[in-house]
Amino acid sequence: MGYIQPTYQSNSGIKQRQILARYWSKIFLGSILIAILALMVMLINVINDSYGYAAIEYEYDPSIYTPKPIEDLNKVELMKLLSENLSTYRWRTIQQDVSIDQLEVDEIRELVVEELLKPTVVASYSLIPSLFNRTEIHQEINFYHPEARIDFYSWLDFQFLIKSMSVVPENSGVRTAILGSLWIILVAGIFAIPVGIGAAIYLEEYAPSGKFKKIIQSNIDNLAGVPSIIYGILGLAIFVRVLKPLTSGTIFGLELSTGRTIISAGMTIGLLLLPVIIINTQEALRTVPMSLRQASYGVGATRWQTLWYHVLPAALPGILTGAILAISRGIGETSPLILVGASSFINKDPTNIFSNFTTLPLQIYYWTQRPQDQFRNTAAAAILVLLIMLLSLNAVAIILRNHYSRQSRP
Amino acid sequence: MSQPQNNHKAAISTRSLAIYYGDFRAVKDVDLNIVPRRITAIIGPSGCGKSTVLRAFNRMNDFIPTCHSEGEILYHGHNIYDSDVDPVSVRQHIGMVFQKPNPFPKSIYENIAWGAKINGYKDSLDELVEDSLTQAALWDEVKDNLTQSGLSLSGGQQQRLCIARALAVKPDIILMDEPCSALDPIATLKIEELMRSLSKKYTIIIVTHNMQQAARVSDFTAFFTMDEDRAGRMVEYGETSQIFTRPRKKQTEDYITGRYG
Repeated sequence: MGYIQPTYQSNSGIKQRQILARYWSKIFLGSILIAILALMVMLINVINDSYGYAAIEYEYDPSIYTPKPIEDLNKVELMKLLSENLSTYRWRTIQQDVSIDQLEVDEIRELVVEELLKPTVVASYSLIPSLFNRTEIHQEINFYHPEARIDFYSWLDFQFLIKSMSVVPENSGVRTAILGSLWIILVAGIFAIPVGIGAAIYLEEYAPSGKFKKIIQSNIDNLAGVPSIIYGILGLAIFVRVLKPLTSGTIFGLELSTGRTIISAGMTIGLLLLPVIIINTQEALRTVPMSLRQASYGVGATRWQTLWYHVLPAALPGILTGAILAISRGIGETSPLILVGASSFINKDPTNIFSNFTTLPLQIYYWTQRPQDQFRNTAAAAILVLLIMLLSLNAVAIILRNHYSRQSRP
Repeated sequence: MSQPQNNHKAAISTRSLAIYYGDFRAVKDVDLNIVPRRITAIIGPSGCGKSTVLRAFNRMNDFIPTCHSEGEILYHGHNIYDSDVDPVSVRQHIGMVFQKPNPFPKSIYENIAWGAKINGYKDSLDELVEDSLTQAALWDEVKDNLTQSGLSLSGGQQQRLCIARALAVKPDIILMDEPCSALDPIATLKIEELMRSLSKKYTIIIVTHNMQQAARVSDFTAFFTMDEDRAGRMVEYGETSQIFTRPRKKQTEDYITGRYG
């Protein structure tokens, strides 16, 4: 590369400066590569545990029920098997859950397998060995579990989403946890979003600047950085203990005598999100140009009219994005909920704000603590569910932002 | 202080006006009688407080937390800074056009109609929109695209839209804060023509950096400068022809002949 030599100086160091610039750009590229690598490793690790070979054994041999192979039975024979061998109670429950008569023969066969033969996963393998060491895995399973059927098992499937918790890994699902997460984030959002936006509007648009505002502002900024476990302690002290009559629902005539309910958890998460939402909303309000406010005041609008008709619509994309990002942070919170008292084992769906609960991150946490190997697989599958939920929320935030910011442009 | 010799009653006038930003006195001793249905230009070097004085006329300075003023601004015999005066009502009578065109991010129609609507305008909005846009010499260009966003117009059109928006509130006085500084010469010329035609019905006060513009459009000119303590003050005020041809003060002459540093 040729450089034009300046006349005033034989060497102005252009070459050295360019080299330095190139070094720095490499360093920045390196940073982003490290970040991408970390993300990839995490994703691969989770996916690796969510799929793979599993050896499945029937707890009961088909021959004790019928001489014919199950695959050859027709609908009537299958129905007969079920009604004869299941306990009356179980049989009635199933009939209540699904209308047996309308099921396809294959679906009834599945029911027979599930209820009578009771398949159990006796060994499971991760995705990468399943792909590359097939023969070894087959040999190993044949050696240790000669009876077992080898299946390529997807831990994350539709059944996983709609089943509730179980002591048996392959019967476990995340329905209770998803519902718990949704309930809690609903309570948190209903509390924190309006209060947070209101507080931000007051601070940004109404509060007279001065010492008072400065103190409040720095407090909010600090609160946003307080470790979430502290909020858990707060929630435990206030919502679970002090406000127990309220949060347990006894004041409304409910029998449940504990404050470890969805409302306590939701309010705790709500408090945690409050400073985040306030700060995000303030940022959004600050980006509304002064010229727009002046235009409104200039035609004789009051402060309220200016705020309502011009400032808020202009700030809306920012406010919404901030609120949704705060919500997705709330969904991922774990530690405060352990303190507030999520149930470690619960398979009853939450039905109202006074129900006991568990959430997805907590479910993952408890599963990783279980001794059975297969709970590692269910935990990985639950992580995928959580990630998909969070990514879709972030996608909604981006779509909303683009939608509204396009409206305010020509 | 020289005042233009005329028999008109002032549209708005200041009495010993001084404006402060915190402890800093930005403007002092301004006594100015604005002649109704004429264009008054305020000229002067940067930082002499021209825009500050202009914004004082419709209490736009209220939004600058540290800003306060002393003295009086009399409008129909009323001091607009009296405690019983609502600044919102002041702005209904004294409209403003800003330096950078700032239409609302809404349709052209809404841009005009909104100000009237919030001020309780009851008659036909369609007529008002057409009337305001016609007065602002924009109607022919936009009459088929009233639902289009105001931001889709060119800079000069946007500024005329802002003028039409100000007119729709039916003000007495229109303040213009360097309305052409962001526009090209042709758009500037259009705005100037528009100002001339508007001056038949409205009192216009314009702050401008451009001395030729002041000479071209205004009937009266006030020249501001600042003292050693950086406080702006009015040096001379009179008919534009007199200010530009026979200035009474040396400072004015230095400035308009380009000798001012």
